[in-house]
Amino acid sequence: MPTFVYMTRCDGCGHCVDICPSDIMHIDKTYRRAYNIEPNMCWECYSCVKACPQNAIDARGYADFAPLGHSVRVLREEDKGTISWKVKFRNGHEKNFESPIRTTKWGTIPSPAELPPPSEEDYKSQELAHEPDVLNIDGGLPALTPDQLKKGVV
Amino acid sequence: MGLFSRRKTQFVDSDVLVIGGGMAGCGATYEARHWGRDLNIVCVEKANIERSGAVAQGLYAINCYMGMQWDENQPEDHVRYARNDLMGLVREDLGYDIARHVDSSVHKFEEWGLPMMKDPETGRYVREGKWQIMIHGESYKPIVAEAARKAATKVYNRIMVTHLLMDKEKEGRVAGAVGFNVRTGDFYVFRAKAVIVAAGGASHIYKPRAVGEGMGRTWYAPWSSASAYALPIQVGAKMTQMENRIVLTRFKDGYGPVGAYFLHLKTYTENAYGNEYESTWYENTKALVGDYVDRHPVPTCLRNHAFLEELKAGRGPIRMVTKEAFQDPHKETVGWENFLGMTVGQAVVWAAQDIDPKYTNPELTTSEPYVMGSHATCSGAWASGPEDYAPDEYQWGYNRMMTVDGLFGAGDTIGGTAHKFSSGSFTEGRIAAKAAVNYIKDMGKDAPQVSEDEYENLRKEVYKPLENYEIGRNEIVAGTVSPSYLLPIQGLQRLEKIMDEYVGGISTGYMTNEPLLTRGLELLGTLREDLDKIGAEDLHQLQRAWELKHRLLASESVTHHTMFREETRWPGYYYRGDHMKLDDNDWHCFTLSQYHQETGEWAMEKAPVYHIVD
Repeated sequence: MPTFVYMTRCDGCGHCVDICPSDIMHIDKTYRRAYNIEPNMCWECYSCVKACPQNAIDARGYADFAPLGHSVRVLREEDKGTISWKVKFRNGHEKNFESPIRTTKWGTIPSPAELPPPSEEDYKSQELAHEPDVLNIDGGLPALTPDQLKKGVV
Repeated sequence: MGLFSRRKTQFVDSDVLVIGGGMAGCGATYEARHWGRDLNIVCVEKANIERSGAVAQGLYAINCYMGMQWDENQPEDHVRYARNDLMGLVREDLGYDIARHVDSSVHKFEEWGLPMMKDPETGRYVREGKWQIMIHGESYKPIVAEAARKAATKVYNRIMVTHLLMDKEKEGRVAGAVGFNVRTGDFYVFRAKAVIVAAGGASHIYKPRAVGEGMGRTWYAPWSSASAYALPIQVGAKMTQMENRIVLTRFKDGYGPVGAYFLHLKTYTENAYGNEYESTWYENTKALVGDYVDRHPVPTCLRNHAFLEELKAGRGPIRMVTKEAFQDPHKETVGWENFLGMTVGQAVVWAAQDIDPKYTNPELTTSEPYVMGSHATCSGAWASGPEDYAPDEYQWGYNRMMTVDGLFGAGDTIGGTAHKFSSGSFTEGRIAAKAAVNYIKDMGKDAPQVSEDEYENLRKEVYKPLENYEIGRNEIVAGTVSPSYLLPIQGLQRLEKIMDEYVGGISTGYMTNEPLLTRGLELLGTLREDLDKIGAEDLHQLQRAWELKHRLLASESVTHHTMFREETRWPGYYYRGDHMKLDDNDWHCFTLSQYHQETGEWAMEKAPVYHIVD
């Protein structure tokens, strides 16, 4: 469902322009507000809808298969760590859903540079960062032996 | 002095250059910092890594998790599963390598804050299926992007990488990449000691089912523009299994995923008359592929095949029986949240068409084909295997290094490793990054040098579509029809039509043969000539122009590979009408191609398949 922007809500802040993975949210030069310049390259991913501080962006199902009169609205609240959805059918029925989006505070992931530096031995091993501990298994990183791989039809 | 000589050239020096900031690129960037504490690690992304790549809108499941800590699966089990699903042909050395590491990536995701669904009694992750675990993954990508940003020296957003650069001293060694900033128009020259291509696979090389406004509603993201393949192909890296495109059985129009429906909700399919149909086509399928039809689970392509045969027999549409499962409110919630978490468009289609799966069994369809390397398919670059056990024929350098020195890959880029999905792609990025750091350590002072001639020539080539438009536009009054240039959308639609009609798209029922492929190559050749005249009105259209050029190169590769493999290995993905049967005598092998830029020739060869035998 390609996105569109409500004229009276958009203030031209450009958050949607910054986030759109398809580079299709642009600022209209006359109105100084955002709009979808290329609806047929819209994946309906809702990245712009979620990012809009004014709730100015909505989506209308693709004209080639979606009858009018529906809506799928979203509210993503980073502070609360939730996302809420309201699905409205063409016939007026509604469904509501809420899910968690993150269990930790935003910005708290440490850089791997904060870990103790690897030893020369570590570079030669097959282990990656945090391994083998983070695998949480006995016996270390699993491995095959070269003789276990053979040509033929299995 | 050309029209666009005012554009600045920016030089960026790095040790490790990661191209593409999706799951694989974020994994590579993160891991590169662990091993390369003092290295300059640069990640360059066409969009914004906060929401880029195939996971931009989220995921509701992680489809590759062993669960070794609970003894649920071992890596070799996953290898057998992927081998079986891909009709015997996967790089088992690479697949095992991902499987042995993937749990560690998933455990980090949880630690970083990704909400995992857990069984309250056992504390284990809730299994959707044998390999899949369920997550509340709306913010999967922003979380992973945060880890990558913390690790990178710098992330460059909104730069479309168009070409790799080669070392001017040592032949066959990569030295960096060039591209342009989609916002400022500046030309970027990235100089690097090692390059990891972690770009996206290919949507929009085949005509999609949706028309007009809906053409963006492809199964794989429309921004996956085949850079994963075009970048290595241009510099002569060998590619493998490019014919192994994938066709997806999905909910109609929205392409909403069916995995959770089949595996977790236990919904099932039936034909228009309420009958089970897969068993009807058992003998038919067996005649094509022999014993492969008896494997469990039934390979994805063969289930597609039964679906297609049932439609041809006039008993469509095929529907998913949801009415029973959706009476359970918990399952109903899972069914809806599954879409809202990763394919919002399907929820919109159902809302618009008043399809409530509690009361209506929704229709399914088979998608147009896609070329990618991380789902139930494995197109991509031919890469060196893990040092500790890969056979000699799979080992010529560092893990995940392609056949070009210093050029590594991960995710959609690397061929032969099906079923890695999001977690496996991230993990493969980590594997590639450690190898790339080791490559740099061993390089010593012998660092690659970029050639000014090379990047200056590329600079002219990169901006040519803007010049074509500016000159040609003056010839016409207004509108989109010009005798001297093609617009990117016009070229894209021609590409999609050629691939659809000649290389096994939806309009032929995924059927092709040698005469069709031969004609397809001729038409792709003239399209390639026409793309020298592509016209871009602005920087956004310049991005579209280069995406199209990448898609065309990948399409040519797909067509050559499809021609080379004289059998039908994956009925349900595509059919060679002139070789309708699977042929293990001649074709139990990988197909490899190498493109020579100077001559425009594609060299094809076979490579052996090694299996885990025990």
